[in-house]
Amino acid sequence: MIELIEIHKAFRAVAAVEGVSLQVDAGHTTVLIGPSGCGKSTLLKLMLGLLRPDRGEVRFDGRPVEPSSSRTLRHQIGYVIQEGGLFPHMTARRNVTLTAAHLGWSRQRIDARLADLVDLTHIPGDALDRYPGQLSGGQRQRISLMRALMLDPRVLLMDEPLGALDPMIRADLQQDLQNVFRTLGKTVVMVTHDMGEASYFAGRIVLMRAGRIVQAGCLRDLLDAPADPFVTQFINAQRSPLDAMGAPS
Amino acid sequence: MMKSCVCLLIALMLPGGLAGAAAPVQPASDPAVGAQSPSVTIRVGSKKFTEGVILGEILRLTLVQAGFDAEHLAELGGTRILWNALRTGEIDAYVDYTGTIGEEILAGEPIAGVDDMRAALAESGVAMSEPLGFNNTYALGMQRKRAADLGIGTISDLARHSDLRLGFSNEFMDRPDGWAGVRQRYRLPHGNVTGLDHDVAYRGLASGAIDVTDLYSTDAEIRYYDLVVLEDDLHFFPSYEAVVLYRPDLAQRAPGAVAAIRQIEGTIPEPGMIAMNARSKIDRQPESAIAAGFVEDLFGVPVEVRTTTWLDRLRHRTIEHLKLVGISLTLAILVSIPLGVLAAKVPAVGHVVLGSAGVIQTIPALALLAFMIPLLGLRDVPAVTALFLYSLLPIIRNTTVGLQQIPLDLRQSADALGLSPWAKLLHVELPMASPAILAGIKTAAVINVGFATLGALIGAGGYGQPILTGIRLDDIGLILEGAVPAAVLALLAVGFFNLVGRAVVPEGLRLKAET
Repeated sequence: MIELIEIHKAFRAVAAVEGVSLQVDAGHTTVLIGPSGCGKSTLLKLMLGLLRPDRGEVRFDGRPVEPSSSRTLRHQIGYVIQEGGLFPHMTARRNVTLTAAHLGWSRQRIDARLADLVDLTHIPGDALDRYPGQLSGGQRQRISLMRALMLDPRVLLMDEPLGALDPMIRADLQQDLQNVFRTLGKTVVMVTHDMGEASYFAGRIVLMRAGRIVQAGCLRDLLDAPADPFVTQFINAQRSPLDAMGAPS
Repeated sequence: MMKSCVCLLIALMLPGGLAGAAAPVQPASDPAVGAQSPSVTIRVGSKKFTEGVILGEILRLTLVQAGFDAEHLAELGGTRILWNALRTGEIDAYVDYTGTIGEEILAGEPIAGVDDMRAALAESGVAMSEPLGFNNTYALGMQRKRAADLGIGTISDLARHSDLRLGFSNEFMDRPDGWAGVRQRYRLPHGNVTGLDHDVAYRGLASGAIDVTDLYSTDAEIRYYDLVVLEDDLHFFPSYEAVVLYRPDLAQRAPGAVAAIRQIEGTIPEPGMIAMNARSKIDRQPESAIAAGFVEDLFGVPVEVRTTTWLDRLRHRTIEHLKLVGISLTLAILVSIPLGVLAAKVPAVGHVVLGSAGVIQTIPALALLAFMIPLLGLRDVPAVTALFLYSLLPIIRNTTVGLQQIPLDLRQSADALGLSPWAKLLHVELPMASPAILAGIKTAAVINVGFATLGALIGAGGYGQPILTGIRLDDIGLILEGAVPAAVLALLAVGFFNLVGRAVVPEGLRLKAET
């Protein structure tokens, strides 16, 4: 569905992505993981056309992503980032419905879609009329998810959607997200640096380091057949103290 | 309203008893206007000092008395401004001095005598009357008693008293035709010479701290301090005969007007001018009343002086000031916000736009106004243009910075939603930048209200008029009459834009500011 071919991207001569090729399959959840600065967020922005590769090509449904086509393309892609990226000057409702209204959806169609999304994301109804500044972190992420899903996109790109939440809310939202993914059968690409989160969501984990893909596969592959000592190192570094003490998880 | 720009102290005057005379501030189509071309309003200008204002008012009243519709643009500025205004037809006549004409206006041209000067002026399309009677030249003065005690009557006499303490105005010290020239011509031996402020010099003379100072030979202080003007026996100082400069086409546009103006030739001797200056500067009488008294005496007809109340003047000035500020600020907002957006979106354009606006901001207001007179004339148009230019930078810069400071993730969120560039600008960027833009507008408004007081320098009226007059007459009350309303207006402008902010800045952003 989304194809990256030999992508190179540098910021002010500092390479962020160096020769990455990746295929994202429709209907599956792919997780990009790696240490900070490994290029995983950059990869997501390249998929969305927010960034242009210096070299290589991004394809969506087999067609190259161009600046001219990127706007209609984005209506087929939902994008959620850490802290939500909600516009502070708009109510939650307007954040969610902005694009639909811009595209000329009818009032009824917008309301109906909104009602569906409220059910799906378990957002309290009164939260819709508050401003992002008045919402909790978890609520903001749910609103951001609603906004991403508003146009019923085929693809959902999420950049550390749970990164800024405390553990309890995080677990809650993790579960709800998983339900959403299963119910809707979307193609999902999620960026995280948390191995536990990656294994929770992903059929396929793509581990990155310094702008390159180190290994891609299911968690079992990464554990049993690491392509590089870094893979084992990265996984071990994320084992929780509880695991290390042999406590039941 | 544009026609009603009359200096504060030049109260509105209605020659009520005169048939066929028009009120100065009424439209030229007033049916009371008599036999003379009623459609022509003759505009008289005056320089920014008391004698000039009195003479301008005398000119106006003389014209009114002869049945013309005339108005007086008082306190327009210096020689350059008046001269340019006359040449461009912004004004029809004003009073200048032969010395100034020779030294400043026709500088560099060899002039020998009044006829030469008249011919040289004619080449520039300007006509000159015969002298009005007095010579307002540089002179040296002493206290009458001290001069009498020492037996000093001429500048040459000073050479015999090398111990005298001399205190000159800084301008006189600097000018080659000032102290340096006098010293050389008269071979003056004095070593004790100090540079002083002109007003301080008078007080120093009175207290005996200095013995001799420079003065203008029609200064009011000559009477007030009972000074004696030392005779320029070697004729060092050039002659500064007062003359009326006028446009030759006045004769066609308003037949008889030139003749009317020339009625005052030779009618104002030096003591008369000193007395009139003294009535203004020392007795604090309005120039209009002084001029009316002169015209009454000259023609033997009553001239009515209408005084205005403080409230009338305030209302009048407020309307003028609001007009200057309102038009210029509105235009600046309409132009600056799109320019600020452009500057934020296209950095190359941004450098040019912000650079140009910055350069404009560094031009001194007086210089900017002076540049504009040849292009835009006098009064509202150049004043509004200058204020518009000064209001650009704060709004452009704040718009640009406001847009640039929108966090990257929010801008990318807007892109990711697939909003069109216009929708993004309208729904996301401008609302988010609105507090910064509004702050820029508030800055511009405050600057604008303050700078608008300078509009009075080119006849645009406003609160600057009483300030200007107050500075000239050293009258704190008058200065406050302009300064206080200007300050209040600046505060009101900020308050107004705070209210606008409630309507324009989205609630969500204000919540953020409160927490």
